[in-house]
Amino acid sequence: MADAIEDHGTSLWKDAWIKLSKNRLALFGLAVLIMLIATSLLTPLIAPYGYETQNLNMGATAPSLQHWLGTDIFGRDMLTRIMYGGRVSLMVGFIATAVALVIGILWGAIAGFFGGRLDAIMMRIVDVLYALPFMIFIILLMVVFGRNILLLFLAIGAVEWLTMARIVRSQVMALRNQEFVEAANSLGLSQWTIIRRHIIPNTLGPVIVYTTLTIPSVMLLEAFLSFLGLGIQPPESSWGLLINYGVETMEEFPWLLIFPGIALSLTLFALNFLGDGLRDALDPRTSKD
Amino acid sequence: MAILEVNGLKVYFHTRNGVVKAVDDVSFSVDRGETLAIVGESGSGKSVTCYSLLDLLPKPPARIEGGTALFDGKDLLACSASEMRQHRCNDIAVIFQDPMTSLNPFLTIGEQLIEPLIYHPDRSQIQTRVEAKRTAVALLDEVGIIDSHARFDCYPHEFSGGMRQRVMIAMALITEPKLLICDEPTTALDVTIQAQILRLIKKLQETRNVAVIFISHDLGVVAGIADKVLVMCDGTIRETGGTDDLFYRTQNEYTKKLLAAIPEGAKTLPNRAKSDEILIEVTHLKTYFRNQLNTNNSEENRYIKAVDDVSLEIARGEILGLVGESGSGKSTLGRSILQLAPTTEGSVKFSGQTLTGLTAKQLVPWRRKMQMIFQDPYASLNPRMTVFETLSEPLLYHGIATWTTIASQVKQLMDDVGLSQAQLRKYPHEFSGGQRQRIAIGRAIATKPEFIIADEPVSALDVTIQAQILDLILELVERHNLTMMFISHDLSVVRYISDRVVIMNRGVIVEQGDTETLWAAPKEAYTKELLAAIPLADPAAERKRIANI
Repeated sequence: MADAIEDHGTSLWKDAWIKLSKNRLALFGLAVLIMLIATSLLTPLIAPYGYETQNLNMGATAPSLQHWLGTDIFGRDMLTRIMYGGRVSLMVGFIATAVALVIGILWGAIAGFFGGRLDAIMMRIVDVLYALPFMIFIILLMVVFGRNILLLFLAIGAVEWLTMARIVRSQVMALRNQEFVEAANSLGLSQWTIIRRHIIPNTLGPVIVYTTLTIPSVMLLEAFLSFLGLGIQPPESSWGLLINYGVETMEEFPWLLIFPGIALSLTLFALNFLGDGLRDALDPRTSKD
Repeated sequence: MAILEVNGLKVYFHTRNGVVKAVDDVSFSVDRGETLAIVGESGSGKSVTCYSLLDLLPKPPARIEGGTALFDGKDLLACSASEMRQHRCNDIAVIFQDPMTSLNPFLTIGEQLIEPLIYHPDRSQIQTRVEAKRTAVALLDEVGIIDSHARFDCYPHEFSGGMRQRVMIAMALITEPKLLICDEPTTALDVTIQAQILRLIKKLQETRNVAVIFISHDLGVVAGIADKVLVMCDGTIRETGGTDDLFYRTQNEYTKKLLAAIPEGAKTLPNRAKSDEILIEVTHLKTYFRNQLNTNNSEENRYIKAVDDVSLEIARGEILGLVGESGSGKSTLGRSILQLAPTTEGSVKFSGQTLTGLTAKQLVPWRRKMQMIFQDPYASLNPRMTVFETLSEPLLYHGIATWTTIASQVKQLMDDVGLSQAQLRKYPHEFSGGQRQRIAIGRAIATKPEFIIADEPVSALDVTIQAQILDLILELVERHNLTMMFISHDLSVVRYISDRVVIMNRGVIVEQGDTETLWAAPKEAYTKELLAAIPLADPAAERKRIANI
């Protein structure tokens, strides 16, 4: 029998980590993501060129030893631009999704758990926000606060949490009447403890799946906004923006589309592998081996 | 002549964790007009045996590995999908366990009844709607649906559980099958309804001369209606024989164990310290729920009166049995006493302290002293918490244990409820139903409560497991000097465990009294009806009982 100290440590998260560490595909995804994030963080130090350094003589050259991924029509190094673009894209993806996650889970869990009038009010607020045209909302924000990258994160997060809240709420409503929640009630646990310990961990499956879907859609949303001139502007870049410009010149200079596309797809693959792994790892019903 | 003859049937499930021999070399036969009961605990393969005959098993993972099933001389296991459809339509019918889910809620029962007649695979046998309706209405009359012509156009939710099961029986019989398979047809029903359905099946079988295979986990239920009994365990036949032989003269160890597990008579606890101190005092308690379905808000119908003016007392050290059928308000009463359901009027006192009207915060110290054990051991444990977490939560929350003592205290609890300490790190899904109920009991006694409400703690369990859990509860009551309210629909279980019994119906107390006094001389008509409805594990007595209903 294990000693007392070891007994304490057994928990869903620890077991989940053990299971995750046995899932090769998920580990691969995690490694790719860590690599991408590390590269983004170090970009100013390791990028071969400056992101706005133009060399008009070298406009739109194919990949070569000098420019590994080629250059764009202004002769800017694509590798550098993808590295800088990754900073923006990953930041938008993770921060906006994190905002959506935190607000969405809390909002949905509270509405679903307490039900009744509180639920009605909270969900009507969600409905109103849903009905608000997204573009007008963003343009309003830009007009009032000026263009700002943080505002962009906020605006995207403020839209994405709505769906998350609905997903969590429906999960919680099904869980609320389960006997183990009533058992927790009869133990006298506070409502917050019940939500935190008994409700939220049981909603994780769908939440994780939805999260892995949200991150890429947020990245593309940023590209769309930037394309309309509401997000970031050249010479700064993001993967979405690079892809958008790449599409325009796809026939003459395919590398302008292919390489940012590969970067985005790689992230999505890694996220999906990790997400699937996490979902399985957090469900104790899947076997440990 | 045997209408169905099964020989050496083998059904294996090929799962990720290896091959499970669900049915392993099973042979039996049923004659025309005969009732064969297949009895076994959950996982014994009794349902799989019957479903494999009709090709109703999910394949994969199930695979039929061998054997024959001759129905009227034709092998069911070897016939094609369209032949099987013919058989299902014409010859063999099934009644499922849960009448609440086996009818389509979006179709009227009439529409569902005539379905096999108007969409018959054999075109020559297709009937017109008018003909089919005539047949169906006549059949509804036969199964005891009153005003059958009008009820033909009603939706399933407009029927009670017992009535739905009658509709299911009519549906099974409408094609005039030669073999009727009943898979636990009365398990989801109240005792009084169960008795009526058993009688109906027996009567229909006699008038129509069909063969019946009656699957049940309860030997008591089959005693009165079976001609032959087949006892199954772990996919194999343990014993087969005539009903009387099996009940009165069995030599088989497993059958003996099953028979012994049926709770009979009362168990007396010699060392119980009974006192006159009143621990729980309920006065004029009312719990009403707003009636949401009701459209005309007359004063009378605005509320569902789940508990309506109930007063009772429980002495310290007493086990009070609370009996009622579904919808009687017994569970709501339990939850109202523990302040888990909001009460409308009246008061609940716990050793002198009024609990009604306290805020959630004020209740916390009292929660420690009163706990609950729930019915469904699959739903009452958080699937994402290990046993250790589940058991340590109440201890830590109420400050009974600290981080240094918690491990030893949790291990002590595991000992108390008869589980191995090595299983602390496992999750609930890794345990069987009985073991899970032990964990739930461990959680309930963790805070060393004075009062426990057990809400149907054994009704989701197999009989042999049920007996073990009942004994565990009795042992813990004795050892920790607990006071208990034991809620159940099962009168035999209540009699076995309780000192005193309260009988509830439609939110009010019908009768209460000492268990044996009440059993010997029930005063109210409802009590008499309930007691008469208990199935007896004695074929001769049970046959007489069914005939008299």
